[in-house]
Amino acid sequence: MNILLYGLTTLLLALSFAKDKQKTIQALKKAYKSFENILPQFMVVILLVSLLISLLNQDFLIKVIGSESGFLGVLIASLTGAVTLIPGFVAFPTAALLLAAGAGYMQIGAFISTLMMVGIVTLPVEIMYFGKKLAMFRNLFAFAFSFFVAYVIGKVMEMVA
Amino acid sequence: MKEAIKRYRFLALLLCLLGILAFINRPLGKLVLDSTVFQLKEMILVIPPVFILLGLLDIWVPKQTMVKYMGEKSGVMGILLALFIGSAAAGPLYGAFPVAAVFMKKGVKFSNILIFIGAWSTTKIPMLIFEFTALGTAFALTRLLVDIPGIIIIAMVLSKMTNKEEIALLYEKAKQL
Repeated sequence: MNILLYGLTTLLLALSFAKDKQKTIQALKKAYKSFENILPQFMVVILLVSLLISLLNQDFLIKVIGSESGFLGVLIASLTGAVTLIPGFVAFPTAALLLAAGAGYMQIGAFISTLMMVGIVTLPVEIMYFGKKLAMFRNLFAFAFSFFVAYVIGKVMEMVA
Repeated sequence: MKEAIKRYRFLALLLCLLGILAFINRPLGKLVLDSTVFQLKEMILVIPPVFILLGLLDIWVPKQTMVKYMGEKSGVMGILLALFIGSAAAGPLYGAFPVAAVFMKKGVKFSNILIFIGAWSTTKIPMLIFEFTALGTAFALTRLLVDIPGIIIIAMVLSKMTNKEEIALLYEKAKQL
């Protein structure tokens, strides 16, 4: 995937450069400016996530979000997903591990859904772009919607598995 | 300079606190450091191309084009494009916000921006590949089928909740970002 992204960027950059050198430099300057703009927030988010990941204990996690943990487990799983920010290539294998270790599908569904849609640690960045009201409501709706997603996934997996 | 200090002060404070934490609890400090390095590597891989593409989009694609395909009157086409661009993206959700700001500058319809954000958060194609392999087809497919209408509904409700003045204010602010 990264190769594709880099290939596309290089191609477009070369095209742009061939067409207009000045404009290309301007584009690169804009790219840098918008990156530097969120750099401090980026760094804070990364450090906080690292701290959270380091504090999480896997055995404890399985106990609270096992398939027998019911609605409370779903609630805990969705709250965990909402406050953490784990890259997908880590989250999915971890979720698979948790399932193998006895976590419930509904709980894992809730976790994956809020992990992707709800971002408490990234809220300051979101507010910067969308304002307080929208950022709060988007996260709130996404959180509520995750329960529905979890319920459907739980029911479907019950039938399939 | 003063501006820079203000923007980076929270980061500096956090670094100090983590430094103290690492001093008190060495193993935990090492875990945090490892995890930070791991995430920074990811970030360094994905971020340069995303921002360069953004810069190129900003310079080369005229506003009229974006308005035509994703603006107020773009209809289903705009929705599909928002879903597709969001899904083809790479990187964590916070990478989507600067893209949203450029969309605002280019006059993309507000609900389409929200759909784009939703797609970026849940239906990213590279992430789906991981999901299918790790959690199986039934799990991933179910989630996808529930999430796509969910994203659109949430985007519609949010944009209904926001009045024209609020949207205009956000679009105005995006010009400075």
